[in-house]
Amino acid sequence: MQHATITRSTQASRIAGILALCFLVYIGAAPWWAGSADLRLITEILFYLALASMWNLLAGYAGLISVGQHAYVGLGGYLMFSCVLFLGMNPLWSIPVAGVAGALISIPVAWLVFRLKGPYFAIGTWVVAEVFRLSAAQMSSVGGGSGLSIPVAVMRDLGRKPDREMLIYFTAFALCVGAILLVYFLLRSRVGLALTAIRDNEVASSSLGVKIGRIKLFVYVAAAAVTTMIGALIFVTKLRISPDAAFSVNDWTVFVIFIVVIGGIGTIEGPIIGTLLFFLLREFLADLGAIYLMILGAMAIGIMLAAPKGLWGLLVSRYDFSIFPVGYRVRR
Amino acid sequence: MSESILEVQNLEVFYGNAQAIHGISLTIEQGELLSLIGSNGAGKSTLFKSICGMVRPRSGTINFKGQTTAGLSPARITEMGIAMVPEGRRLFRSLSVEENLILGGYVRRPGPWTLQKVYDVFPILKERKDYPATSLSGGQQQMVAIGRALMSNPELLLLDELSLGLAPVVIKDIYELLPKILGEGMATILVEQDVTRAMQVSDHFVCMLEGRISLSGQSDAFSHDEISAAYFGT
Amino acid sequence: MEWINVIVQGVLIGGLYALFAAGLSLIFGVMRLVNIAHGDFIVGAAYLAMVTITMTGLHPLLSLVIVVPLMAAIGYAIQLGLLNRVLGDDILPPLIVTFGLSIILQNVLLTTFSADSQKLNAGALEIGSIPVLPGVDIGYMPLLTFVAAVAIIAGLQFLFYRTSMGRAFRATSDDGEIAQIMGLDNRKVFAWAMALSMAVVAVAGVFLAIRANFDPFMGPSRLIFGFEAVIIGGLGNLWGTLIGGIILGVAQGIGAQIDPGWQLLAGHIAFLVILAVKPRGLFPRID
Repeated sequence: MQHATITRSTQASRIAGILALCFLVYIGAAPWWAGSADLRLITEILFYLALASMWNLLAGYAGLISVGQHAYVGLGGYLMFSCVLFLGMNPLWSIPVAGVAGALISIPVAWLVFRLKGPYFAIGTWVVAEVFRLSAAQMSSVGGGSGLSIPVAVMRDLGRKPDREMLIYFTAFALCVGAILLVYFLLRSRVGLALTAIRDNEVASSSLGVKIGRIKLFVYVAAAAVTTMIGALIFVTKLRISPDAAFSVNDWTVFVIFIVVIGGIGTIEGPIIGTLLFFLLREFLADLGAIYLMILGAMAIGIMLAAPKGLWGLLVSRYDFSIFPVGYRVRR
Repeated sequence: MSESILEVQNLEVFYGNAQAIHGISLTIEQGELLSLIGSNGAGKSTLFKSICGMVRPRSGTINFKGQTTAGLSPARITEMGIAMVPEGRRLFRSLSVEENLILGGYVRRPGPWTLQKVYDVFPILKERKDYPATSLSGGQQQMVAIGRALMSNPELLLLDELSLGLAPVVIKDIYELLPKILGEGMATILVEQDVTRAMQVSDHFVCMLEGRISLSGQSDAFSHDEISAAYFGT
Repeated sequence: MEWINVIVQGVLIGGLYALFAAGLSLIFGVMRLVNIAHGDFIVGAAYLAMVTITMTGLHPLLSLVIVVPLMAAIGYAIQLGLLNRVLGDDILPPLIVTFGLSIILQNVLLTTFSADSQKLNAGALEIGSIPVLPGVDIGYMPLLTFVAAVAIIAGLQFLFYRTSMGRAFRATSDDGEIAQIMGLDNRKVFAWAMALSMAVVAVAGVFLAIRANFDPFMGPSRLIFGFEAVIIGGLGNLWGTLIGGIILGVAQGIGAQIDPGWQLLAGHIAFLVILAVKPRGLFPRID
């Protein structure tokens, strides 16, 4: 009889892992090699990667297809502004506060939208985002429909411009890496096993005693918390907030969904590929405006028709390999 | 030798990587009643689904009236003259009894079976024709399922688990009606848990075990022990 | 009197919302598909009517003769050529595909017609009204919209429960696999359902365009209004959907009366309250 060993990683995944780590250090050191404009671009890439990872966690792993995550991006922005303006907090310290508040707010929201099944859940989450946007527009203390800006003095407290940019960059880097690690460790934990079981067979796993409702709630709240924090930081860099910008469905939901779907839903690597491709396309095509959006829409449709597991899925099916090994494999 | 209506040759069916049917061949002749026996998971329902076009075999051929059914849609196969009473009946729950029957005749094949004829055989269905089909008793639902299949005037009728979940007295009623139903020269394949009953009503039988045929022949040619051995694989 | 007027006008606009909802509810009932581009197709139909009127000089209501069959044909083709390929156990692909269609359609309309808002002019119909009470007038157009909504829902109800096409819809919805071995072709049944949905969308689009200004980006909120009417009324119940539309319209009217900024918010809040207390809607039919 042959011996079989069960491992998570393969030779290829270990080498890829080491390469990925080197790349990570390189990106982390960006403030020392990148110019101001490049640094801003990389920061934006990190935001989108973090948002995409969170949406992927929701839709790709927990089957919660939300088209309303812009609710939490905007919420984060407004919470940060409120902390700064009314509590006199440092904008960066307000990020964890926003995260906690976002998690707390997401619980009653989940209680409501979880009543909607399947595709109707998606539109329900959109309604919630609309409610958030319209409510923000009604609050004159945060500028109502026209919004407001962060006072210059508040930003000056964060240090001189280069120091400030570096600080913001490291926060974005930490949030992004943290978001990906959260997905990674969540999937390797018991929650991940339960999610796989649910994905494979919801009926069977419920009879096995997997608490589907609680696990989905946990994932929803975790994604909301992280998305709120990202939103808070996004608006630290934007310096200005308005309901339409904060709760923009195009910026924070459409792009994010297209990134994940094109890159490969249900894989950790997919959002990374998708984000890189998204920014690459944007560099070349953003001038086209409306046509750029049409191309993205058509790409998402094309992916769903031809390769529902996205570009990463195509790669994996051809070469059987992964950078983030979350499954087990049997080796003889 | 009379003409065979259905010929299955070397059929292999997979669900993903799991093989459900391992090279099955069988034929059935016009007007014949063949019973198909075997334990759960032997592949009987899969064989039915392959014949109806609901699953695509990986290899092998299915010829109906001398024509291959490969690549044809289930709808097209029904038009050719195959009908099935599925396991668990699977009536349309938002349709009334009569609507279920009418839908069974959707392909409008000519033949002896009409709504009126179904009602003649199952008078209770006429009384209940406007009830939601799934509000009827189990036996009556089985009658709807049979009637629905007959409405397409099939030349080959597949009956899957006719007596499953029914009370013994109801089973007896349905089997008493069987000659009346099959009297029209239809070929029939019957899947039945009750082996003794299946042997009594059929001309030939096929016993399946783990996706293969373990025994087949004339229904009265084998002893209980021989059949039992083929059934359980001992 | 002012409040009575608010409620009357709210009920009438509820008819329009029911028109938004009916097509959505229909395809969900038949194939469990939620078309995220539904609102964008409504707006697309409005533009199609505009083009038709410019080219032929027809009255907006008469343009329906062209817009309805055209939208139905588009629906049939999209279902056969695109949506049927992604329908299955996984609900993600159809959602993403219709989401993609929504974005494409918005931007096609934007590049073709610019972001300027448009309106269809129905002439004398828009001005005339019937005084019912002092201070309460019912405009011809709102009344016509409401009557059209009632007629379309009655028609759909008849089609669903009294015709062979409706029987095919219900059978396919109940058990698509068995419907196929009855000889029905699911792909064609779905295509007809989408064609029918888009015919209703066409009517909704034209009435919307006569009532108010429209622009390429107002689709998603029409989708949301339709969706809210469906959920308030209860899944699978077309008359419930009409009541859902009315509740939404009245809630928005009351909100607007309090403060113009509260119009939309009040509608959403009414929806969320009903979702909280009656998750299956007021008159559910589908389990």
